[in-house]
Amino acid sequence: MWNLLQIELFKISRRPRTYIAFAAITAIVVIFQFAFKVDGQSYMNLMLQSVQDTFDMDKSKAINGYFMCYIILNTLLIQVPILVALVAGDAISGEANMGTLRLLLTKPISRTQVILVKFSASMVYTIGLLIWMAVMALFVSLLIFGADDMLIFRVKGDESQILQITKDDIMWRYFAAFGYAAVALTVIAALAILLSVFAENSIGPIIATVCIVLVCTIISNINVPIIDNSIKPWLFTSYLVGWKGFFYIGTNADGEPLKGTIENWPAIRNSLLILVAHIFIFITAAVFVFKRKDILS
Amino acid sequence: MNVMVRVSNLSKQFDGIKAVDDLSFTVNEGDVYGFLGQNGAGKSTTLRMMLTLIRPGSGDINIFGKSLQSNRNKVLSQIGAVIERPDLYKYLSAYENLSIFARLSGLKITRKLLMDQLQMVGLADRSGSKVKTYSQGMKQRLGIAVALVHNPKLILLDEPTNGLDPQGIADMRNLILSLSREHGKTVIVSSHLLSEIEQIANRMIIIHKGKKITEGVVSDLLDPSHTVVELDTTNNSATLALLQQSPKWSAFLQQSHHGIKLQMNKSEIPDLATWLAGTGTGILAINPRNTLEEFFLSLTNPARYVEPVAN
Repeated sequence: MWNLLQIELFKISRRPRTYIAFAAITAIVVIFQFAFKVDGQSYMNLMLQSVQDTFDMDKSKAINGYFMCYIILNTLLIQVPILVALVAGDAISGEANMGTLRLLLTKPISRTQVILVKFSASMVYTIGLLIWMAVMALFVSLLIFGADDMLIFRVKGDESQILQITKDDIMWRYFAAFGYAAVALTVIAALAILLSVFAENSIGPIIATVCIVLVCTIISNINVPIIDNSIKPWLFTSYLVGWKGFFYIGTNADGEPLKGTIENWPAIRNSLLILVAHIFIFITAAVFVFKRKDILS
Repeated sequence: MNVMVRVSNLSKQFDGIKAVDDLSFTVNEGDVYGFLGQNGAGKSTTLRMMLTLIRPGSGDINIFGKSLQSNRNKVLSQIGAVIERPDLYKYLSAYENLSIFARLSGLKITRKLLMDQLQMVGLADRSGSKVKTYSQGMKQRLGIAVALVHNPKLILLDEPTNGLDPQGIADMRNLILSLSREHGKTVIVSSHLLSEIEQIANRMIIIHKGKKITEGVVSDLLDPSHTVVELDTTNNSATLALLQQSPKWSAFLQQSHHGIKLQMNKSEIPDLATWLAGTGTGILAINPRNTLEEFFLSLTNPARYVEPVAN
């Protein structure tokens, strides 16, 4: 299996399209960092406009590396599924399109192994993307903007909140958030691989994955009670942004933030379990279909 | 003679259409076994079922004395195949492609092993070039190298000369013959060209619309005593009348809608030519074909089909 995974990673590493995602992330992050370096104060003034009389903080320190990473992740983690689909959606269909699938499947490896290896390679690629994102969005931002306490703007129910996390209580939250994002994006990879099994060119599964993610995300954001209760709990997109939960700091009875705590760990845990269940379902379905598929390409 | 492949009552349907219909055949160890049929006859579907690319609707495939279904990986580890086009990873070099497929075959690779293989197919000097820069013939040769790199006992080649120039076709033919004669490999090669199969195979099967038409030793199937002679003269009607009146030649006449046809031993053609010349007939062409070729041509062009004259 390790031998197969090495081969798969080698193939991924030699395809130019693999690096599109890394280039896209770099470009977006650099644009964010440049914009905030040049005119970040205007953004902070706008965000803190309603609370500047009651909230006591040096606004110049509010724009720091941790805050930048949070802003960037908020934007990027919505776009990254497209980048993951670009590689995972090509996993089987790309081989079928090139004609290499029939050669691959005449080798003494089972179809289940092929799917599991393709999935594992997509997962490694996804984690690679997230590590790159962490390097660019977190560590480079820390180098440019420095470290300080972080402000989080949050809408909870009908009210807006600003949470403040001390700088020595942030890094572990990022590690946890990136770990959660890895699981969430692996769901996208698993979905793309499932769709890839049905197709004989890469475009179909990539577009289909993106469309499914878009439609489900839109549904996940419709605030109508019947959708809230009956549809949203079943959509994986409802849990994709669960990583934010690691930044919602727990409070004591007086509403004082408690260092090292999370407001609602059970919700995050349940979200993770649901995402893992989706991965299992998508990959099991991919194996089931692929094992029965006649290779006519 | 050891039976290496035994296919029994194999069938496969696609959308209700029978692609392979109750097909049975055996391939012996050391055979170059020709798989002949028109495009769409079911050759590729059969070969793909023998490689587990397509699931059989019914029937059994035994290779090396083992059921393919229950010993898939063990059986496939001893098979090399080129199915239709030799499609490889175009963004990788020949060396990298060969390395990948050798490792997938469970081989411990060395640079020497791979370079020797590329040398054998004449690609050693282009081993570092990306496959997308290769000609069709070079891709075909690389496909063969990939099929042979793990030293398989059985080699399946589906239309291996497709897209090759005359030199490439000759090289491929020589390679197949050398694999059989010098390396003792068993080769199953499919083609829609009888002439191709005739030159390389010792045994063959003809399939049509998924069914077996005939199977046997090529030299028996191409028996010269069953040669169909197409005759073209300056006056075919007069020549036909002459032949019908001849006690000797009238027995060989066959019914034909196009020109004059006789079924006879190839060795009697000079006598026929002499006799016709003696009658003053102007001979334009005498075209001998064996019955198998005539039959095969009838599959591709039903208008050519020759019904024997009822005695």
